Amino acid sequence: MIPLSAYTAVSAILFMTGLLGVLIRRNFIIVLMSVEIMMNAANINLVAFSHYLDSMAGQLVALFIIAIAAGEAAVGLAIIIVVFRGKISTNVDEMNLLKW
Amino acid sequence: MTGLFFVYFALVSIAAGVMTVSLRHPVHCALSLLVLLMHVSGLFILLNAEFLWAVQVIVYVGAILVLYLFVLMLMNLKTDERYFHPSARYILGPAVLGAGYVLYLLLQSPFAGVKGDAPTTAVLQDGDTYAVGIKMFSDHLLQFEIVGIFLLGAIIGAIVLAKAPKPLDRGRERL
Repeated sequence: MIPLSAYTAVSAILFMTGLLGVLIRRNFIIVLMSVEIMMNAANINLVAFSHYLDSMAGQLVALFIIAIAAGEAAVGLAIIIVVFRGKISTNVDEMNLLKW
Repeated sequence: MTGLFFVYFALVSIAAGVMTVSLRHPVHCALSLLVLLMHVSGLFILLNAEFLWAVQVIVYVGAILVLYLFVLMLMNLKTDERYFHPSARYILGPAVLGAGYVLYLLLQSPFAGVKGDAPTTAVLQDGDTYAVGIKMFSDHLLQFEIVGIFLLGAIIGAIVLAKAPKPLDRGRERL
């Protein structure tokens, strides 16, 4: 029997990896991929608690998170395409269109 | 046996996550994200969540990751752009320390809680998909509708953003 804390440990390590990716990577697409890693870590946590506490609610929330991740990917990639059309770069440091 | 599979899925997903963050070429990052997503779906199987396994493979791997790969191939990114943030080395140390502390706390915690109304035997009787469906369309109907509205908004937003901008007054230039 695998203890619940093993799942939460995997989830924490994955979340930390994704957070580091958001903080240190410069390519906007890879920043979005790191956000996906964080969402997956949250999903592991939700499903693990759902299993160990005998409740379906965690799995449902994980399902909604997957749907929201799909929307986030679509809108984020559309934004990247718009920025990339104007100036040929996906570096997050060079995006300052909204800066006043 | 289950423990062996858990160790495999956990280690490979962590390794794939680290590779996603650290590899230099964006397509390689996307492919290691693929490995990560498949192994996370394996963890879902170990937790008796077959429906989420199918959704993870179909939606994440089949739709979201393919979208990422499409955009990557469309933009033909160069790999020689600046890689890490200049202050990455100041972030890395505290982040690893904080992760170690969180892990220490997690491994100590007993995680006792109030048990819900869906024990494993009841879920396995009709299957996970049945249980998820009954729960979603009875107790969580409002969230389901909200996600539907959200997806509609996301579709419209993506179309509006990605559409080529129309020149404002082409008719007036002729004068």
